[in-house]
Order: sequence, then structure tokens, then C-alpha cells
Amino acid sequence: MIKDELRRGIIHENPILVLALGLCPSLAVSTSLQNGFGMGMAATFVLACSNVIISSMRRIIPDKVRIPCFIVVIAAFVTMVQLIMKAYLPALDKQLGIFVPLIVVNCIILGRAEAFASKNSISKSLVDGIVIGLGFTFSLCILSIIREILGSNKLLGLKFFPGYEPMTIFILAPGGFFTIAFVMAVVRYLGNRRKGA
Amino acid sequence: MESFASLIGISVSAIFISNFVLSRFLGLCPFLGVSKKISSAVGMGMAVIFVMVIASGFTWIINRFVLLRFDVEFLRTIVFILVIAALVQLVEMALQKYSPALYEALGIFLPLITTNCAVLGVALINTEINPITGLQFTFFETIVNGTMSGVGFMLALVLMAGLREKLELSNTPEILEGLPISFITAGLMALAFLGFAGLNFFA
Repeated sequence: MIKDELRRGIIHENPILVLALGLCPSLAVSTSLQNGFGMGMAATFVLACSNVIISSMRRIIPDKVRIPCFIVVIAAFVTMVQLIMKAYLPALDKQLGIFVPLIVVNCIILGRAEAFASKNSISKSLVDGIVIGLGFTFSLCILSIIREILGSNKLLGLKFFPGYEPMTIFILAPGGFFTIAFVMAVVRYLGNRRKGA
Repeated sequence: MESFASLIGISVSAIFISNFVLSRFLGLCPFLGVSKKISSAVGMGMAVIFVMVIASGFTWIINRFVLLRFDVEFLRTIVFILVIAALVQLVEMALQKYSPALYEALGIFLPLITTNCAVLGVALINTEINPITGLQFTFFETIVNGTMSGVGFMLALVLMAGLREKLELSNTPEILEGLPISFITAGLMALAFLGFAGLNFFA
């Protein structure tokens, strides 16, 4: 059961690589594994909490004003994350910059609230939030590992290949686009091969 | 004169050097979603410029006279997103009533803009220190920054739409069709825009 859910979040409905949602933060913060993982965890926290609250209020919220209600709930949790990060992880907060408050407009979170949490029970929504959040974190980690190794020849601050000249372009903007293009192509290739087999 | 130079600096920086889409990675969803045809790209670009200017002005006023005044800066995220959502709704209603032609052109794009990170992004950037003058943004600078960031967004969107119209006709490998090839195109464009980083003649 848990295994199936995890597989759904990370592989079949992977928010970034399959559904192409939440692209802005994923390209902007995947310059190093530390940033990518931090962003993924922050978004997972917000996603899980907002899913629980929205699902518990699904009978109270009138249908017509549901989107503003969802946004307020999400924004409240994002503010919490912002304050916690400022207090305990100031270095990470500086690195992520405006992308911490921008978790509010991450389409994955609003998307899950609209498509899942507003229709399902609290426990189901909690699981969905965690699983989709992990899928987001997982793909962010893949992107940032590739970019950090190619772009600065480091992983978590440690030197990786001795004697390899890093291609700085990979931690700049164009590298982000190239990396996600190739990772998406690989995911699609694997998917096609599986269907064919 | 000093302030005129700073306004030009802000404009060049917002359009080319730190282009919203290609170097700050803001507003990628509409950038990939609405860039299939030039006509819809122009419509979306116009709508974004429009909302960005209004949102920049309002959020600047609220930030300066409410949030900073009463020392409640931690509420910034919630307040800004609500203000933007309300503004988009108001703009939509006003357009529908007073300018049906413009509403026809921009209408379908307006609801999409609330959750466009470019609009919240520009509002948040306006609360930071202006890198060109080293001071807080003034009201006028905020408006210019909002307009020019929107112009930069539209430029990237329209260029991309032009390229994608041609890409439709070309033979791409099957696994690259659709999004991956668009990302590679965007990457090449970002590479070209990286060249503008050397333009720091106002610094």
C-alpha cells in the first residue's frame, strides 16, 4: 500500500518530470544538492499541512470562493516555513531568496488542493501530500546532483572528480533548461521502452 | 539626471540582464503553456504587463504604508498574494464592463495570472534593495521595474512562440517532442541572454 503510493508519487505522477508542474522553483534552486533538498522539504511540509487543513475544511468552504481560501491556507503555511527557516537555517534562506515566499504560487500545491484534498478524506490527503512532496524532492535532487557535479565539480561541498574542469554554465540559467530537457527525455525514453516491452 | 540614469539602468536590467523568464526562472508555466502561437503569446504578454504594473504599484503602497508602518512584515506573503488575487478579479470585472474588446483579447489569460509567480515575484523584488541605486525602490522606480519586467517577460514569450511555430514543422526525435525540445530551445535563448550580463555600464 505504502509502496504503491510512493511509486505513484515518485514515478507515475512525478510532479516535475511527468506532469511538468512547479517548474520555476525546480529550475531556480537546483544549483546545488543542499538547496534542492531544502526547497523540496519546505514544499513537502507546506503541501502535507495544507492538504490536511483543506481536506478537513472541504465541507465548509463554499465552492465559489474555494481558490482564494486554498491560497490563504497555503500562504499561512508558507509564512511559517519562512519564519522557521529564517530562525534555524539562515544560510539556506539566503540561498533560496524569493523562492521561499514563492512556494505560495507553486502550481503543485494548489493543484493537489484542487484535485485531491478538496475531494478526499484527511488521512488520504495527508498521504497524498507527503507522497507528491517526496516526488518533487526526488526530482529536485536528481536535477541538482547533475547540475552541481557538472557545474561546480562538487557534491554537498566535497570535490567530486579530481582533475575535471567544471562547466560553470550548468549552474547558470541555461544549464537548468538543458538539464531538465535531458532528464525529461530520459524519463520518457524509459517510459516508452517499458510500454513497448 | 541621476534618477533618469537609474531608471534606464532598471529597464535594461529588467528586460535583458535579469530577464524574468530566462535568467530568474519566474513565470515558466505560462512561458511553456501559452507559447504555441504568436497571437496568444502577445495577448498573454499584454495581460501580464498590465497586471504587473498595477500589482507593483499597489503592493508598494501597502508595503510602505501598512506593513512597514505597523511592523508586520512577516505577513508580506499572505497580504501580497491576496492583493494580487483581488486585483486580478477587479481588473477582470472592470475590463468586462468598460472595455469589452480588451476583455475579449485578454480575458482568458487573466485568471491564470493570479498564480503566475512572475507577478508575486516582481512585488517581492520591489521590496528588496534596488541594486542600481543601492536604496529602497521609490514608487516611480517600482512602476518602471514592474512595466519593464513585464516587457522582458513578453519579449521572451513572443520569441519563444515564434521559434515554436517553426519547431512544429521540423522533425524532432520522438523522445524530445513537446516539452524537452522547448526546454532546449529556452536554454539556447538563455545562453544568448547571458551575453547581456556584460552590460553593466551604469554600475
